[in-house]
Amino acid sequence: MSDKKPNDDITGVETTGHSWDGITELNNPLPRWWVLTFYACIAWAVVYWIAMPAWPTLSGHTKGLLGMSDRKQVDQEVAELVSSRAPQFAQLHATPIEMVSKNKELFQFAQESGRVAFAQNCSTCHGAGGQGAKGYPSLVDDVWLWDGSIQGIRSTLQTGIRSEHPEARFSQMPSYGRDKLLEPQQIADVTQYVLTLSRQPADAKAAARGAQVFASNCVACHGAEGKGDQTQGAPNLTDQEWIYGGTAQEITTQINLGRGGVMPTMSQRLDPATLDALAVYVHSLGGGT
Amino acid sequence: MVRIIRAGFWGACLTMEPNLLKSKALPRFDIFFTCGLAFLVALWAVFAVSRAEDIGMAVHGWMFLGAAILTALGFVFTAHGTALQSDQSSYSDGVIRFGVIASTFWGIVGMLVGVVIASQLAFPDLLSFKDYGFLNFGRLRPLHTSAVIFAFGGNVLIATSFYVVQRTCRARLFGGMLPWFVFWGYQLFIVLAATGYLMGVTSGQEYAEPTWHVDLWLTVVWVAYLLVFLGTLWKRKEPHIYVANWFYLAFIVTIAMLHVVNNLAVPTSPYASSSYPLFGGVQNALTQWWYGHNAVGFFLTAGFLAIMYYFIPKQVNRPVYSYQLSIVHFWALIFIYIWAGPHHLHYTALPQWAQTLGMTFSIILWMPSWGGMINGLMTLSGAWDKLRTDPVLRMFVASLAFYGMSTFEGPVMSVRAVNSLSHYTDWTIGHVHSGALGWVGLVSFGALYALTPWLWKRERLYSLKLVEMHFWLSTIGILFYISSMWVSGIQQGLMWRSYNEFGFLTYSFVETVKAMHLPYIVRAIGGLLYLLGTCIMAYNLWRTIQGAVAKKEPLSITNPNLVPAE
Repeated sequence: MSDKKPNDDITGVETTGHSWDGITELNNPLPRWWVLTFYACIAWAVVYWIAMPAWPTLSGHTKGLLGMSDRKQVDQEVAELVSSRAPQFAQLHATPIEMVSKNKELFQFAQESGRVAFAQNCSTCHGAGGQGAKGYPSLVDDVWLWDGSIQGIRSTLQTGIRSEHPEARFSQMPSYGRDKLLEPQQIADVTQYVLTLSRQPADAKAAARGAQVFASNCVACHGAEGKGDQTQGAPNLTDQEWIYGGTAQEITTQINLGRGGVMPTMSQRLDPATLDALAVYVHSLGGGT
Repeated sequence: MVRIIRAGFWGACLTMEPNLLKSKALPRFDIFFTCGLAFLVALWAVFAVSRAEDIGMAVHGWMFLGAAILTALGFVFTAHGTALQSDQSSYSDGVIRFGVIASTFWGIVGMLVGVVIASQLAFPDLLSFKDYGFLNFGRLRPLHTSAVIFAFGGNVLIATSFYVVQRTCRARLFGGMLPWFVFWGYQLFIVLAATGYLMGVTSGQEYAEPTWHVDLWLTVVWVAYLLVFLGTLWKRKEPHIYVANWFYLAFIVTIAMLHVVNNLAVPTSPYASSSYPLFGGVQNALTQWWYGHNAVGFFLTAGFLAIMYYFIPKQVNRPVYSYQLSIVHFWALIFIYIWAGPHHLHYTALPQWAQTLGMTFSIILWMPSWGGMINGLMTLSGAWDKLRTDPVLRMFVASLAFYGMSTFEGPVMSVRAVNSLSHYTDWTIGHVHSGALGWVGLVSFGALYALTPWLWKRERLYSLKLVEMHFWLSTIGILFYISSMWVSGIQQGLMWRSYNEFGFLTYSFVETVKAMHLPYIVRAIGGLLYLLGTCIMAYNLWRTIQGAVAKKEPLSITNPNLVPAE
């Protein structure tokens, strides 16, 4: 051959005869294992295309010989899971909720179900362990704004608080400052009085004046002794538990604004048996009676 | 109005280049192009600055205006000098020298931001910087990804492609001052994108976060880049086009297509940075991952394979192993890669048949990807002993090893059964980084180490010992990174799918987050080591540019204590 390409000195392999900026190329064939593996991958793909939904057609797509479908499979697996838990859930829902703890196995099931439902639905506001945060009540102590019995908790879960549910628990503290229901001086005085209720240091003279303001504005909900009223969700002011903080400044802000949070109704997103389980779980964290 | 704009356009061109019409030489379209563009940009920027509907557009309007004014000043001061006279007898290397410096600079910036966000994830309480919104993880994360991929990687690609295409075509870069426009235009794009992210201005699509006006600017720069590259190929003095240039061209053309299609959007106003994307729902998601996966395929794979195909034969001084393999794996790679995007959307609203295609083409892609590794590694045959004496070559070989590993891991993760465990976990992050730190990073460092002495006409690098130190720091850093992400990711995936005996999830999400704390610390340390290596490289390159040689090292590159194996 007249156009014989030069061979490489070290390996003796023929080159292509091209050279770019001193770079030449050997004319080695494709590595055999490389070609075979490449073909094997293509063959595997073809088999997969035949077996599974693969290529689009004018009206839909090829369905595959195995008839597999992700959506069908998801429905099936969810149905299996639901049916595997169905007996326990049925038993849970049939058992009066305050009796659940008497049946050890059922209680354990309710606890597990409640724990998962809590993590997915409640921990965003109430914290991973139910410890709460400013503006979000703690669920791990025995201080409850509304009824803290297991029935009461179940009811709160059902309707929510200030939610869109027609039977939602509802109460509204007036915005004494913003709506000019009280003078700033009166708010300052009643703040001092509220401090004395929880035995915090306060200005005695201002507190004495504040007691008058309290008596004519606050007792209807918080009670004459400031111990609150669970039937109207009015907090006890004599303990050390505060939703919006217990310093003088925080108390003043709350009297000014009369804030109240919203808890959504859970009955629209969870089924009744899961609500039962959730009530059992939350009650076990720190239910009141 | 049209007349005024036309008059302004010609006025601007003539002010900047009075000899424009008299010149009997080649019509200087590059000057028309740049002046005209600067004028149009300035025109729009004046409105953008005065009518901006958001802070992002206001700041970017000023940046565009500043860039246009700087361009005009640049012309006024250089138009009559020699700077614009393109000397056809030599290669244009000035722009490449800028590219080497810019690559190193952006590399350090991008990796530093990476270390910061890795530390934020490890210590969120300490480092979330609640009072400074622009330092939030959400804003810094796209800054990191864009800085390392587009600012560091992009500058390396532009600089090396300009170097390689000239040498392998024996032709000066086409387009007069157009390469300079590409370089500075690209830097402007980087700064616009980065400042946008920090101000919270984003289009919200991963790796395509810049807003519409920044996208448009990049399109113009990219077309200019394509013109420079094609023009240089066109006037080549070699009969054939070298394989590295096929890969560069595939990279430039495909990125243009991906960028334009994925960013199709209707701005809410000419002076607002927000826009409505053309596609919605699952179509948007598929277009996004068609873009995202091929940004990996054509930006981070094809482009860097081009670097490999020039710098490894050069560094090792041996012929490329197989011409046939380079042809077959090139065409296989570019035809198959484009199909693989749907594997990012397994078990989503994307129809299952599209997932099947994405998965099977990812498996078919395995060997075409490995073709590049084989061709690179086998090019060393007959010269393996150089690995003992040349730390730069070691960088290249390690990069190919990581390339091989991540292009095997990729197809494995694309299998739906594997993906059901790995998807949304840190395993993906580890996979990306074994490709990004191991392959893209190391091959770029190798190219920068090789280019610097060539471009500045230095006999050798300042210190090979520092290269060696860089090699080990980065390799150990990568191992820390990917092994911690394997642990974290697989643990995360297993925790998410763990059910207890009653059929309820064992762990809540926050418990899985807590379990990742230790791997996150290890990852941050790995990233820090890698960043440290890059800083050492920057010092080494800087000293090399100055012409210095480390005192204690012999002038010869080979270590006299080692005898080549025969």
